[in-house]
Amino acid sequence: MIEIKGLRKSFNGLEVLKGVNLTIPADKITFIMGQSGTGKSVLIKHIVGLIKPDSGEIWFEGKDLTKLSERELQKVRRKIGFLFQEGALFDSMTVGENVAFPLIEHFKLSKKEIAEKVRELLSAVELLEFKDKYPSELSGGMKKRAALARTLALQPQVVLFDEPTTGLDPILQITILDLIKGLKERYHLTCVIISHDVTLAFKFADYIAFLHQGIILKEGTPEEIKESSDPFVQKFIKSALI
Amino acid sequence: MNFFALLGRAFLKFIYDSGGIFLFFFKTLFYTFSPPYRIKLFIKQMEFIGVKSWLVVSLTALFSGMVTAYQVNHALAKFGGQSVLGGVVALTLTRELGPVLTAIMVVARAGSAITAEIGSMRITEQIDALKIMAVNPIQYLMVPRLWASVIVVPLLTGMADIIGIAGGYGVAVFLLNIDPGILLARMEDMVELIDILSGILKSIFFGAFLVTVCGYKGYNASGGAEGVGRATTEAVVISSVGILISDYILTTIFF
Ligand SMILES: Nc1ncnc2c1ncn2[C@@H]1O[C@H](COP(=O)(O)OP(=O)(O)O)[C@@H](O)[C@H]1O
Ligand SMILES: [Mg+2]
Repeated sequence: MIEIKGLRKSFNGLEVLKGVNLTIPADKITFIMGQSGTGKSVLIKHIVGLIKPDSGEIWFEGKDLTKLSERELQKVRRKIGFLFQEGALFDSMTVGENVAFPLIEHFKLSKKEIAEKVRELLSAVELLEFKDKYPSELSGGMKKRAALARTLALQPQVVLFDEPTTGLDPILQITILDLIKGLKERYHLTCVIISHDVTLAFKFADYIAFLHQGIILKEGTPEEIKESSDPFVQKFIKSALI
Repeated sequence: MNFFALLGRAFLKFIYDSGGIFLFFFKTLFYTFSPPYRIKLFIKQMEFIGVKSWLVVSLTALFSGMVTAYQVNHALAKFGGQSVLGGVVALTLTRELGPVLTAIMVVARAGSAITAEIGSMRITEQIDALKIMAVNPIQYLMVPRLWASVIVVPLLTGMADIIGIAGGYGVAVFLLNIDPGILLARMEDMVELIDILSGILKSIFFGAFLVTVCGYKGYNASGGAEGVGRATTEAVVISSVGILISDYILTTIFF
């Protein structure tokens, strides 16, 4: 579905990605795991062209995304949704207006049709009664759900989630991931989820990749990961079981 | 050595910023002509800049007009030429004080708010979110603001000219007991269309300049809330100093 080849990126002389190779399977939930500050966000921001690599390729639908112009990227971005860690909701707009925004920008719909679509999306993330609230009035988990509704409005084929569960309580973490899984079935999404929670990964992932010191150290199905003999992977798994 | 290194760095930053601001301006100009045309946002921004600024601009203009009348009277009294007072006040306002003070007040009120707003959108990734949703952020954020500023700043300047002249007139007639008939007649003789026009042209330039600088500084903010604060201060300083310097250059070009 998405094929990353030899991706390298440095910031001010510090090499964050040192040749990442990763194929993200279609219609699956892929977890990208790793310690804080290893470059997980940097990696998935490359996929939507928010960051340009120093070298390497990212293939999607027969095109190398790293070579596209800003105009061509815009077309691709309508197919690949991105959920920011803090939601990145527009704080000058209500939740409803946030969700309506991409619809107004990209579809020729009547006011009524937009209102209907906003209702549908907000009910899908169970936020309908907060339609007229501003983002500043929402909790962290609600912001993430509202941002998810806004992302889904463009009917993407792929959604990249930057730490959708970090900072939430355990029950909410499960709720969010159940929600993502339900939406994935309903809208046939390919999901990429950044997380450092091994338990959640084993429960929800179809595929897991470990990013460590700038490369994909290990990738595979949850079963393959569990049986990995790599000391770092084992340490990471054990840390979750303490 | 350290001093020269510092000087060199400041100079490089100046060159870098100037280049960035120019490019930012031309991008905004370029995206003006590509749809969608965001009329609603444009009107909203005109309202924002106008509502934020009109009161301070009025007060500044009123007192500048009044104090100018006072000072000019003091200077002219030595030669007994007080009848030209109205003309001198009107010229000072339309040519210099009106456009410059208005622009600086708009920087302080609306410009700083623009930097803070766009800067906080940058650090909370709202600008990236625009990109992700296939919306061009410069087109969305800057085009409406640029044209709103280019229209509203001259309007505010016209208002400042009128209020300032009225303030000067009030001081001259009621405090300094100058004959209003002569005052107005002389004012009419002395102020020509080019004086008013040059002031308005200046204010159009200032409007474009200040909104570009303030937008640019917000757009490139980094380093959390503190970074937004720093960007706002820099935007206000660069805009204000830039307005004063370019005012001098524009004056020498016009006259
Ligand atoms: N725009 C940027 N400029 C400079 N350094 C950056 C930038 N984005 C990320 N980094 C650096 O890259 C490293 C990886 O960051 P990130 O991808 O956010 O980590 P995480 O795995 O926690 O998501 C960090 O050291 C961070 O400081
Ligand atoms: Mg991150």
